[in-house]
Amino acid sequence: MTARWRSKQMTYKIVASQCTSCSACEAECPNVAISEKNGTFVINPKKCTECIGYFDVPQCVAVCPVDDTCVIDTSLPRYQAAGGAA
Amino acid sequence: MESLSTETVEVGGAESIDDVMQKIAEHKGCGTSGGSGKASCGTAAGENDLPQEIWDKVKNHPCYSEEAHHHYARMHVAVAPACNIQCNYCNRKYDCANESRPGVVSEKLTPEQASKKVLAVASTIPQMTVLGIAGPGDPLANPEKTFKTFELIAATAPDIKLCLSTNGLALPEHVDTIAKYNVDHVTITINMVDPDVGAQIYPWIYWQHKRIYGREAAEILTQHQMRGLEMLTERGILCKVNSVMIPGINDKHLVEVNKAVKSRGAFLHNIMPLISSPEHGTVFGLNGQRGPTAQELKALQDSCEGEMNMMRHCRQCRADAVGLLGEDRSAEFTTDKIMAMEVTYDLESRKAYQTKVEEERLKVAAAKNAELATLAGEDNVDIKILIAVATKGSGRVNEHFGHAKEFQIYELSTNGAKFVGHRRVDLYCQGGYGEEDSLDTIIRAINDCTAVFVAKIGGCPKNDLVKAGIDPVDEFAFEFIEQSAITYFKRYLDKVKSGEIEHKERGDATLRQGAFITA
Repeated sequence: MTARWRSKQMTYKIVASQCTSCSACEAECPNVAISEKNGTFVINPKKCTECIGYFDVPQCVAVCPVDDTCVIDTSLPRYQAAGGAA
Repeated sequence: MESLSTETVEVGGAESIDDVMQKIAEHKGCGTSGGSGKASCGTAAGENDLPQEIWDKVKNHPCYSEEAHHHYARMHVAVAPACNIQCNYCNRKYDCANESRPGVVSEKLTPEQASKKVLAVASTIPQMTVLGIAGPGDPLANPEKTFKTFELIAATAPDIKLCLSTNGLALPEHVDTIAKYNVDHVTITINMVDPDVGAQIYPWIYWQHKRIYGREAAEILTQHQMRGLEMLTERGILCKVNSVMIPGINDKHLVEVNKAVKSRGAFLHNIMPLISSPEHGTVFGLNGQRGPTAQELKALQDSCEGEMNMMRHCRQCRADAVGLLGEDRSAEFTTDKIMAMEVTYDLESRKAYQTKVEEERLKVAAAKNAELATLAGEDNVDIKILIAVATKGSGRVNEHFGHAKEFQIYELSTNGAKFVGHRRVDLYCQGGYGEEDSLDTIIRAINDCTAVFVAKIGGCPKNDLVKAGIDPVDEFAFEFIEQSAITYFKRYLDKVKSGEIEHKERGDATLRQGAFITA
């Protein structure tokens, strides 16, 4: 894996078509990066740290009831070089 | 004699908590003394079977008493959609407005919207006595929103009972808050006490910031459920347990669950059939896991009844249902409409209405008891039959066969008429003419019944019912159900004795699966 380190960038996003708007992720995010917009939830890329420094696994992925809804955003670099969770 | 008072709400009624707690401790679930006192808490006989203090707490609660549900209504507000566990019978993706089952909801509300909705509904429907937060999701996975809603409602509509439904994972840490907000009743969904069984029902839980899978997850869940249940009953908060019956997975095991929850003070056990149509997209629905048949469900409920009272009239309502059970009025109370409503909360007219209801209830009970006395002379023969009743409520045979959306099932024996369940059906008569296919469905749904009591029935369906071996009975139109049923049963016994008819065990029946369109 290539190290494309760039701080303040996110790698998780919420697939809007899958989001049930249950709001579970919003309360669990340690960075308060998740909010509701137009009926679904979105992750603010400026705030997401992949939960690194807080938890072993990204909380939005762990708590989301619909698998493959909180996913790595491949269009953005990882928050931290290689070894990002999930 | 039952008190006529409707003042059963104990807002801040801390003085009686110890008394109630004591009663529950002595009581350990109802009807445990065996013998003939086996009538369920979920029936009209509950008043005779429960200590007065518990009966006062539940008698106006439509979800706890089959009889009360004809007179009182409940509503659910969906304020808390997050969940902390995954269940194989749940699918969070589909929230369809046309489905009637737990977990579906058209729109979620903020606590402020929810409290306005409660006021609007309570002002329009005077029989609305109970407000529940029952998902979708786990109310205790969203504690702030859940308790904020309770706080707002307690301040503006103090006569409304509050209850909540939870999976129990986060229950122990919230028991004190539940007590603080005077929540009257808590329902915990408990499907297993054995983690090996649990692993087949729950793929994972979210606990302490991690997903935990399989047996380990089920072990944590069951520990928290049992502890939460104990903590609630210790504080005198009434606890009902819901269990989903999943054939081949927990059906036999639920007898163990029943013992475990009874010994921890749960006062009522509601065993519900699994809903698993493929179109619901649940894990069980997609992998072909079937739900139980009517007889399987009844047999399990019967086998647990010696241990504890069973609830038999659950409609598995939507998480945003409004109104009487089985008669959803949520469409009248969408957020747009509520926000536009001028609401005046008239406590006095609500009380006046409820006083009238209590008078009617006493009449029904008196008629039943009088008729029951006439059975006393009958030999204690070992014959039991089931009958289906078309009713709109008030304990009377008052629904046209073709208009019935469900039939109530009563088991008749020399002990009297006992409500044992209901069967949902599609409307036979839509727009005034019968549909052949739906008649077949109705017959399958009540195939284990000897007779069907109706207020009125057309010639065609009458003939088909007779052909299927089900006796269509319209002579008790608008009479009290239990009184009529006992009259019918006495006549049936006489015919068996005289050899005019031969008593036969009837077959099984199919439980209605899937969407229940209330329109």
